[in-house]
Amino acid sequence: MHKEGLFHRLPRSAYLWIGIIALILMPWVVGASGGNYWVRVLDFALLYIVLALGLNVVVGFAGLLDLGYIAFYALGAYSYALLASPHLPQQFEAIATAFPQGMHFSPWMVAMFSIILAALFGIVLGFPTLQLRGDYLAIVTLGFGEIIRIFMNNLDRPLNLTNGPKGINAIDPIHLFGISFAKPLDLGFIQIPGLYLVFYLFLLLAVCVAIVCLHLQDSRIGRAWVAIREDEIAAKAMGINTRNMKLLAFAIGASFAGVAGVLFSAFQGFVSPESFTLWESIVVLAMVVLGGIGHIPGVILGAVLLAIFPEVLRGIAQPLQQALFGHVVIDVEIIRQLIYGLALILIMLYRPGGIWQKSGASS
Amino acid sequence: MMDQMLLDVTDVSKHFGGVHALESVGLRVPHGSIVGLIGPNGAGKTTFFNVITGLYPADSGIFLFNGKPYFPQSVSEVTQSGLARTFQNIRLFGEMTVLENVMVGCHCRTKASVLGAIFRFPSTQREEQAIRAKSIELLAYVGLSEFANIEARNLSYGHQRRLEIARALATEPKLLALDEPAAGMNATEKLELRELLLRIRADGKTILLIEHDVSLVMGICDSLTVLDYGKVIASGKPSDVRTHPEVIKAYLGQGAV
Repeated sequence: MHKEGLFHRLPRSAYLWIGIIALILMPWVVGASGGNYWVRVLDFALLYIVLALGLNVVVGFAGLLDLGYIAFYALGAYSYALLASPHLPQQFEAIATAFPQGMHFSPWMVAMFSIILAALFGIVLGFPTLQLRGDYLAIVTLGFGEIIRIFMNNLDRPLNLTNGPKGINAIDPIHLFGISFAKPLDLGFIQIPGLYLVFYLFLLLAVCVAIVCLHLQDSRIGRAWVAIREDEIAAKAMGINTRNMKLLAFAIGASFAGVAGVLFSAFQGFVSPESFTLWESIVVLAMVVLGGIGHIPGVILGAVLLAIFPEVLRGIAQPLQQALFGHVVIDVEIIRQLIYGLALILIMLYRPGGIWQKSGASS
Repeated sequence: MMDQMLLDVTDVSKHFGGVHALESVGLRVPHGSIVGLIGPNGAGKTTFFNVITGLYPADSGIFLFNGKPYFPQSVSEVTQSGLARTFQNIRLFGEMTVLENVMVGCHCRTKASVLGAIFRFPSTQREEQAIRAKSIELLAYVGLSEFANIEARNLSYGHQRRLEIARALATEPKLLALDEPAAGMNATEKLELRELLLRIRADGKTILLIEHDVSLVMGICDSLTVLDYGKVIASGKPSDVRTHPEVIKAYLGQGAV
């Protein structure tokens, strides 16, 4: 009405199709202009979207501040690392004889397993913390996250289960439906590089997770979560079983991270406890808060921004310092943390609902 | 006589440390009536509400609801069994819209599971439509239709109180327990509230009311129970309670008698 132009004459479905085509072409455009490095960055950004959406269920919908979220990602990653690498057969005679061809569980199966495992651990974490809120809950979840990481770090003796800080390598690459995602797929008329295939797979996962989140948000269950976030006693007075609903939020959030973890370790081919530090939990939380807590498009935006930003910074800050001073004065990692901190402070001050918050939300 | 009572509690006691907030308090609410619970500030009215709805565990007491014994230990279970309440200090879900607040109230009478929510089965979709329709209807019932899509925290005080009633009605209660619904309302709003309460009763619900506004209480309640220092000092018809010497003493002080 108030604007004339090309974009206002297009029907909604047209936007959808433009979006789909743009996403399909994205790895090709990025790959051609920036090389495979940047396609990898995109792949990781998609995994971060899944993680951020999962954490958003816990923190954004149900209002349970979780600082140990990355532990569920670690569970998924280590599940696949152990079930699809030569590590366990090398360590244990019995497993080697049981699997003469080596352990090669399909990512598909391990993903299913990890959903259940992570959901169970989500409930394990949720149960003792039912009475806790805010800061207290944050401290306990932080401890939980650290415990999982420390276990991964130290379970190399007396029995070498996780190979400790050295991590597990030679993990099977992703292979689904008879397609290997490690080498190019030849369709006859075109060759799709493995990294691009991974992009499409992760994109599919991210879209599915986003749809699941949207459906949950707009349901009886999503409303119960928000009610608990807003006022737990009033939620109880509405007949909501707050215990079950909180555990459900923990379990669903955790299961997303579990799946993402499986894909992460298959994609990397290597996992070590270093990937699952508190810092990673904080980064995912920052994605949720910065993007728009409780608002799915905002959370996706936050994940993309914070996943790509450090790489852009690396591309700019290092050469810039080289050119100006002849050597690197401040490490890129430190600049990144400074800018993260600054961005979060600014967001909290001027836009506490996040960059892309729900329309109608004020203050 | 017994089977006509919707709520019948006797001998309820509750103390906090050395303070006896309630001492063998009893209250009976017949089906289809409006019963008032009054008393000076700090008399234990809200504590009594919190005990019968399961928010505070009682030290002792016998609780009968709809003829069946119940032990108020879990707020959500009490609501599920048909006793819904509002709060003295309004507790709405501030960042949800007015309509969504009422939709939350439908939670305990609906049953869509996680899988239903994710995959949107036809049955889930029908249930969701029914929730929406019922909530819109309830908003019209309490006169808040025009505010359906604004955030609850932006409502005026009087409207917030009405929304709390609509939300409680959405849980399909047999007994509606209202904790000072007229607090902070102006004269017009109080009149409208009175109309609303009478309409709710006419539609077959039973109401238990804590209220300070004497004219409202005297005007609509079928019977009154008066608490002072955690004890029942009088109960009966409003006209009898009004002239009861203990009540006058409690409200106006010793010298007034």
